[in-house]
Amino acid sequence: MKLTENQLLDAYKHMRDIREFEERLHDENTTGDISGFIHLYSGEEAVAVGVCENLTDKDYITSTHRGHGHCIAKGCDIHAMMAEIFGKDEGLCRGKGGSMHIADLDKGMLGANGIVGGGPPLAIGAALTAKTLKTGGIGLSFTGDGGSSHGLTFEAMNMAVVLQLPVIFIFENNGFGEGTGCDYAVGSKDIAGRAAGFGMPAEKVDGTDFFAVYEAAHKAIERAREGKGPSVIEATTNRFYSHFEGDPGLVRSKEEIEYIREHKDPLKIFRQKVKGQVSDEKLDQIDKDSKALVDDAVKKARAAKNPEVSQLYTDVYVSY
Amino acid sequence: MSKKSYRNAIKEAIEFEMRRDPTVVVIGEDVRGGHGAKNTEENKLEGFGGVLGVTKGLWTEFGSERVIDTPITESAIIGMTAGAAATGLRPIADLMFMDFYGVCYDMLYNQAAKFRYMFGGKAKAPMVVRGMIGAGFSAAAQHSQSPYHIFASTPGLKVVVPSSPYDAKGLLTQSIRDDDPVVFCEHKLLYDITGEVPDDDYTIPFGVANYTRQGTDVTIIALSLMVHRANEVADKLANEGISVEVVDPRTISPLDEEGILESVASTGRVVIVDESAARCGFAHDVAALIAQKGFYSLKAPIELVTPPHTPVPFSNVLEQAWLPSAERIEIAVRKVLEV
Repeated sequence: MKLTENQLLDAYKHMRDIREFEERLHDENTTGDISGFIHLYSGEEAVAVGVCENLTDKDYITSTHRGHGHCIAKGCDIHAMMAEIFGKDEGLCRGKGGSMHIADLDKGMLGANGIVGGGPPLAIGAALTAKTLKTGGIGLSFTGDGGSSHGLTFEAMNMAVVLQLPVIFIFENNGFGEGTGCDYAVGSKDIAGRAAGFGMPAEKVDGTDFFAVYEAAHKAIERAREGKGPSVIEATTNRFYSHFEGDPGLVRSKEEIEYIREHKDPLKIFRQKVKGQVSDEKLDQIDKDSKALVDDAVKKARAAKNPEVSQLYTDVYVSY
Repeated sequence: MSKKSYRNAIKEAIEFEMRRDPTVVVIGEDVRGGHGAKNTEENKLEGFGGVLGVTKGLWTEFGSERVIDTPITESAIIGMTAGAAATGLRPIADLMFMDFYGVCYDMLYNQAAKFRYMFGGKAKAPMVVRGMIGAGFSAAAQHSQSPYHIFASTPGLKVVVPSSPYDAKGLLTQSIRDDDPVVFCEHKLLYDITGEVPDDDYTIPFGVANYTRQGTDVTIIALSLMVHRANEVADKLANEGISVEVVDPRTISPLDEEGILESVASTGRVVIVDESAARCGFAHDVAALIAQKGFYSLKAPIELVTPPHTPVPFSNVLEQAWLPSAERIEIAVRKVLEV
């Protein structure tokens, strides 16, 4: 599948924005100015971007606790995301959601989700809306290898087939559910293989390769849009960091992580693949722009005002 | 106005809203019934129309696209409902028995209930979860409970527990039009009671208690089936010159605190009847409210009439002993009058 230069630049820009955002959060988190849990998406960029480059605002995605990458890939505002993670009033959720609950329904982003397996049932709901109101949109869930074994996910997959919903289940297999390896915790050893049992097609792709993800997603999404029903994509990938910022980080050795950063970096792989098609200069410029953008987002988030305490009582119907 | 059953009042609310608003859909197992079965498919029959026939006729009028039969998988039912509600539909999920919340509560508790708040007011989940509550049907421990107190303790959920056909129609119409997730609790022993119900559509606002009996000596606060038992006791005691007021909050989240406290202020004696739980239930919540905000009106300790802290038993003898009875309510009323 041939992409235009603009499409390639757009994809790279999204991936680079995610990387900058996450690397910067890794640093900012050490200052103690960010509360709560942070789960970084560095290393998995090609999955979110490879998929979301095929989507529009009328398509809805659900995400996971490791959701920043999906948000950025789906078009959420980076300044508002950063302000949210800093708990500020200018945040996308006015500081009420935080890292694990960033959402922007106008962009078709139905929320990062603190519940493993929480996304797929919601994604089939979005697909039901699209089908019933004939919007032309689809629903799509990003779920990890951990969530792939969840009962919620299985129920949603079955329902999607029964009702022939326009929905895609993306399984990002980064090898670990928290600190437990998928070789241990996923009984079937192959997540994509489970789809057949539900009666839907599946494809397993190299999730470090933007183009592999893009093409598989393109096919599945077009299929869903044509009313041919749901499908599964398993994308194997790696997280550069541990489960959450500040965890013991013992499940992989330094050498393993160095190897991944050197040989499995989706951005490096992308740059190699587009050599001759897109100039290094243009890509370098994106690198600079992303850095400046994230830098500005952090500065503004730090300077932004906290929510008024009265906000505690808004956006819910009653307060006793 | 005409006489209608509680069951038909509920169906009317749904059917009127489905005609009025094309985004209203019904989702659940056997809301039609008979998908995938030869006889029902060939003859275009509704196999069930809801397990106890509440939604019978809707599929014939609206078809499979809006009356959506699902597998018997409650997490997917409620999750799909939540996702659809957040993206433009106004779905009504049928959980069948409220007891089944145990297998799917994440989709209400952690998802739908929290969308609006957690996403900073930029999302909503206009959905209704209908389900049956209540003992007295010999349905045993997993099909007889009334867990509305669990729902009411969850911020973001509205909880409706109607006791009459009139309330059922008006409150369900309000529930469907409401922009927040509503849990609508239907007592299975009330489906066949009848009452005057307007033929047109109407709404009853949430958080407004109904005084089903007016009185001056004792206040009984009760919900759902228990309202009928309280009324029975009030009518009986009226013959002895004891004047009992019965307050039916109708919705417990929001709760009409003023409506309750006003009655307590006028009688000073309170009995709370509640089918939910012997501990941490609706009765205990209202008792705490009265102790905190109505203490100086009280002339006697508050009496609670609840089931024992046991699962619901099967045997009819045991089940009748489990359910708060008119006799127990009467004893409680006499007790608060002794002081």
